[in-house]
Amino acid sequence: FESLDKLAVTGTHNPLTLHLKNLDYLLLGDPAFNYQEAELNERLKRLYPAVNEDETPLPRSWSPKDKYSYIGLSQNNLRVHYKGHGKNHKDAASVRATHPIPAACGIYYFEVKIVSKGLDFLSSLLPLSPIPGWDKHSYGYHGDDGHSFCSSGTGQPYGPTFTTGDVIGCCVNLINNTCFYTKNGISLGVAFTDLPPNLYPTVGLQTPGEIVDANFGQQPFVFDIEDYMSEWRAKIHGMIARFPIGERLGEWQAVLQNMVSTYLVHHGYCATATAFARATETLIQEDQTSIKNRQRIQKLVLAGRVGEAIEATQQLYPGLLEHNPNLLFMLKCRQFVEMVNGTDSEVRCFSIRSPKSQDSYPGSPSLSPRHGATNPNLHSAGADSPTCSNGVTPPNKNKSHNKYPGVSSASSSSSSSPSSVNYSESNSTDSTKSQPHSGTSNQEETSDSEMEIEAEHYTNGVAENPSARIMNGTYKHQEILQAQDISLEDSCASRQLCGGNQAATERMIQFGRELQGLNEQLCREYGKNVTHKKMLQDAFSLLAYSDPWNCPVGQQLDPMQRENICSALNSAILESQNLPKQPPLMLALGQATECVQLMARVRSGSCSFARVDNFLH
Amino acid sequence: MACLLEAPLRISVLSEVTATSRHYVDRLFDPDPQKVLQGVIDMKNAVIGNNKQKANLIVLGAVPRLLYLLQQGSSSSELRAECAVVLGSLAMGTENNIKSLVDCHIIPALLQGLLCPDLIFIEACLRCLRTVFISPVTPVQLLYTDPTVIPHLMSLLSRSQRTQEYITQIFSHCCKTPEHQTVLFNHGAIQNIAPLLISPSYKVRMQALKCFSVLAYENTQVSMTLVNVLVDEELLSQVFVRMMQRDQPIDMQLTAAKCLTYMCRAGAIRTDDSCIVLKTLPCLVRMCSKERLLEERVEGAETLAYLMEPDVELQRIASVTDHLVAMLADYFKYPSSVSAITDIKRLDHDLKHAHELRQAAFKLYASLGSNDEDIRKKITETENMMDRIVSGLSESSVKVRLAAVRCLHSLSRSVQQLRTSFHDHAVWKPLMKLLQNAPDEVLVMASSTLCNLLLEFSPSKEPILESGVIELLCSLTQSDSPALRVNGIWALMNMAFQADQKVKGEIVRALGTEQLFRLLSDPDSNVLMKTLGLLRNLLSTRPPVPVLLKLLHSLLVELIDQMEHSAAVPSSWHIDQVMSSHGKQIMQAVTLILEGEHSIEVKEQTLCILANIADGNTAKELIMTNDDILQKIKYYMAHSNVKLQLAATFCISNLIWNEEDGEANAMTGSQERQDKLRELGFVDILHKLTQASDPNLCDRAKTAMQQYLA
Repeated sequence: FESLDKLAVTGTHNPLTLHLKNLDYLLLGDPAFNYQEAELNERLKRLYPAVNEDETPLPRSWSPKDKYSYIGLSQNNLRVHYKGHGKNHKDAASVRATHPIPAACGIYYFEVKIVSKGLDFLSSLLPLSPIPGWDKHSYGYHGDDGHSFCSSGTGQPYGPTFTTGDVIGCCVNLINNTCFYTKNGISLGVAFTDLPPNLYPTVGLQTPGEIVDANFGQQPFVFDIEDYMSEWRAKIHGMIARFPIGERLGEWQAVLQNMVSTYLVHHGYCATATAFARATETLIQEDQTSIKNRQRIQKLVLAGRVGEAIEATQQLYPGLLEHNPNLLFMLKCRQFVEMVNGTDSEVRCFSIRSPKSQDSYPGSPSLSPRHGATNPNLHSAGADSPTCSNGVTPPNKNKSHNKYPGVSSASSSSSSSPSSVNYSESNSTDSTKSQPHSGTSNQEETSDSEMEIEAEHYTNGVAENPSARIMNGTYKHQEILQAQDISLEDSCASRQLCGGNQAATERMIQFGRELQGLNEQLCREYGKNVTHKKMLQDAFSLLAYSDPWNCPVGQQLDPMQRENICSALNSAILESQNLPKQPPLMLALGQATECVQLMARVRSGSCSFARVDNFLH
Repeated sequence: MACLLEAPLRISVLSEVTATSRHYVDRLFDPDPQKVLQGVIDMKNAVIGNNKQKANLIVLGAVPRLLYLLQQGSSSSELRAECAVVLGSLAMGTENNIKSLVDCHIIPALLQGLLCPDLIFIEACLRCLRTVFISPVTPVQLLYTDPTVIPHLMSLLSRSQRTQEYITQIFSHCCKTPEHQTVLFNHGAIQNIAPLLISPSYKVRMQALKCFSVLAYENTQVSMTLVNVLVDEELLSQVFVRMMQRDQPIDMQLTAAKCLTYMCRAGAIRTDDSCIVLKTLPCLVRMCSKERLLEERVEGAETLAYLMEPDVELQRIASVTDHLVAMLADYFKYPSSVSAITDIKRLDHDLKHAHELRQAAFKLYASLGSNDEDIRKKITETENMMDRIVSGLSESSVKVRLAAVRCLHSLSRSVQQLRTSFHDHAVWKPLMKLLQNAPDEVLVMASSTLCNLLLEFSPSKEPILESGVIELLCSLTQSDSPALRVNGIWALMNMAFQADQKVKGEIVRALGTEQLFRLLSDPDSNVLMKTLGLLRNLLSTRPPVPVLLKLLHSLLVELIDQMEHSAAVPSSWHIDQVMSSHGKQIMQAVTLILEGEHSIEVKEQTLCILANIADGNTAKELIMTNDDILQKIKYYMAHSNVKLQLAATFCISNLIWNEEDGEANAMTGSQERQDKLRELGFVDILHKLTQASDPNLCDRAKTAMQQYLA
């Protein structure tokens, strides 16, 4: 166990450096510039939320590299002045922005203010060329005659002329590949259609003394571009909402029902799933026992009783963990962390609590696996038989399953209340049917009743996006979770390693050794694994602190950390049963998100207004 | 055979229907109130969406019975509410239904019902009233006959979202005149309705918005109040701007833009305010785009035309916004050839709106081109524009003709267009045709356009003259409408400018001296001014035509009358006013007459005119700066005829007059005049005249000399 000491040193050292770095960052730099920079970033983020700047950076200034020698730049490369002779067209010069316009902008806009005008002034979009707008694949709007130029030397009458003091804007619509210009905040109408991709904002000058300032978002725009964007957002949302289904309506309904059903089954919302299946007259692929088994294991993990979960898995799904050594290792690491936490049964049996309560785990760790396990009330919620998982509790035991005594009085009162539906399988269907409109009035109900309501909304044919509502539900769980975390901090001010029990601590240390052994064994069999090493180090680091809950690696003790491993285990079980390891709903969501990202890559501008999170309220 | 079989069948069906309808009515008379209630409920279910059933029930006299039950205090509130619902349902039918309901005095009965405390009943009454009042066959005045109704409706606004929706809808349909606006305004419409603009219900927001648009229309008082109203700590104009955001429903955007337009035209918002330039105007331009419904495009174009009519800067901005000028060309493409083949329903729809679209486009073009030469050029260069105007002038719809001629008038202010496109397209031909037989409002625009076409440089002038326009214009000068008289005389004036003797003679003959004199005493000063202009143009020929000289004689008598009349009544301001507007013409006429070979009388009268002119302050300057005239006066002071001497001296006397109660600068003005006249040798002449044998002349000269000494 000596190695732990060394780890502890790094453990304490790292966070300190980080801290200093943060401090440095705050103290260095010009505050005014930082402020402007922050404002720019904020505006760009708001205007172009779909743009991934790691892949496709937004133009923020003129490029000192991509410019003619007659062009001078100043003021953070935003001001352009002309320093050539300006005798004829050959003396014209241009400069383009640092980056092309990303397609994910959807709608892109920039403005140029004419600070000082020479004889004639040329502003345009697009690649570097002697005079923007005259070269191939270049487009422009020229100030001297108001003409628009597209890939040729002859212009078309387009708009008014412009001069000193005018603010000229250019808006590229990457959804329909058009472009329009603005003058002093007034749209001049479409100038070009069928624009090619990867356009650069460009400006061209030809007369000595000409100066123009660019605004890529550094300042508010004169033209109300956000209003224009809102129109397109509404258009695209309307297109999505009105997407024609036609005669496939029934087909779609079946798909949606299936999505809801599989989601419920996947997470082990057994009673809800059964009720839903009955109401929609659909079938559940997996058999009841299997669902309940998975549910039971999940609950164990989420309650922090990983040892029991491993045991149950080995019992119910023999060979599963043997074939997934990585998963087993992850579980064991977690078990170690839970031992530190004092929640794993291997250490809990040493604690002062009565064996009965130790053995017990909450009878209603909630239908939401993420939520129930983190509820501190659960541990005192009375005894329940470990084999009796949610949804199969005999009806006569209902009254003992008051999950949130303070939150929901309805849940404890009678078996016909919506929240109690989940405890009693026999009751569930009836009460579900008898309360078709309980949805809105039960917003503050417990999470699982909300799940129940979800299903009802759907079966009643109410036009709700089931995925959105489910996400909504999850979100709420997290909120509750945070609130409870706080109370956890308060109530467990005297938390101690392994529950403060010496024997438990010894057991933990022994377990740590076993874990290290397992790691070494895995290394021998499958070669070095960096992830494992990191995991182990992090887990062991906990011991270096007198108060592990309030240490830099204390995050691991957070009950929320159980969720990842829980879903990994759940997926592995499902996979071993030849069932999809991810629910189709999540798959569809992922698919949609991925599609939108793909749209950005293939330069389909509408992706900017078809963001998945827009629909997950 | 089939027909024979069918006919009796139909009759039997019909009688069956009537029989069931009768049964519904009969049940309303049942002694058991519970059965009556059930009867009304059954009736309600029977009439929903069934126009035939509605008509049957009305014919069978259900309405008076329902009204009786509704007004009866002994009826249960449930029954009364159901009665109101059935009546509301009956009103939803045809216009004839509404007429029958109104004839049964449903309005006072329902208004009375609003006094009941029961909200459900009130809502049913309001719903029915709403349906009745939004029908074009209902006289809106019925809302205002009882003065207690409006305040009561205002008080009901706080009851529920439904009362809000119905009441605001009633208001916006029943506010048709400035008087209505004032009544609603005085009863606190603005304060009561403003909070509804942020109601959670879209319908309420929308109806409240519509209310404001009808209240603000051409109403300065309302508009001025509106700009200062705060809704939830936000200025009303900002609320309207938010409602114009592009993701809002089109109806809301358009109505909000109307509100701001009316507020702007009423002077409550400046035309250069950013909410007009950057928000309202672009919003209205968007309403004209091809993506909008035909109705929205019509309303958008009309509102935009109204917004920018008086402001050249807005016209310039609109002309470059989103290719508006080109966008409007699309308004003429309905019904499109595609719609005719593919879709009969669409064709019908297009046909219905085609006239409206065309007139709206013409109106907007007229407004756009009313001031700026470049915009006019842009408009005439739009595809087939002139052809469209020409065909628009002879359309059957008066609205289109009027709008087309307005557009033509607006464009005719351009010298360049008169010389080119107007001539190329022979626009004078349909214009002349239009003048033959048209309502007054069309005539005003058409004759006004004709004035411009008759300008000397217009190539259309010749062919118009040949088409016998003079008689027509002369008849216009006899019109009751001052605008038509002005245009008639104005056109004649333009026509007479540098015209040959034949034309001038024709004008004088056709107009007749009597009519000319009548025009000289026209109450409208514009008419007088143009008549004088016509005279100048007629007279500016050498040698003078004999008929003109005769005319001139009578004219001068008339003019003197005018002058003396005007000089006698107020003070000299009137002369100044007349002279500042057409002094040039008069001076030219005077010079012309004094130079010509006229009788002593004519010359004497002319000098008298001059003397009268010299009585005005600014008019004095006109003479003082005209050396020709001064030399003439000097000449006539030394003339052998005493009458002419006297008149000329009278002129000088007025010119050197030292205003006793005048201001300092007037003093110096008279001093300057005196000095100038001394230089010109007038003092010497006056001195000589004090020795004259004629006592009148002697006195006049002495008085004048005294002014010099003063």
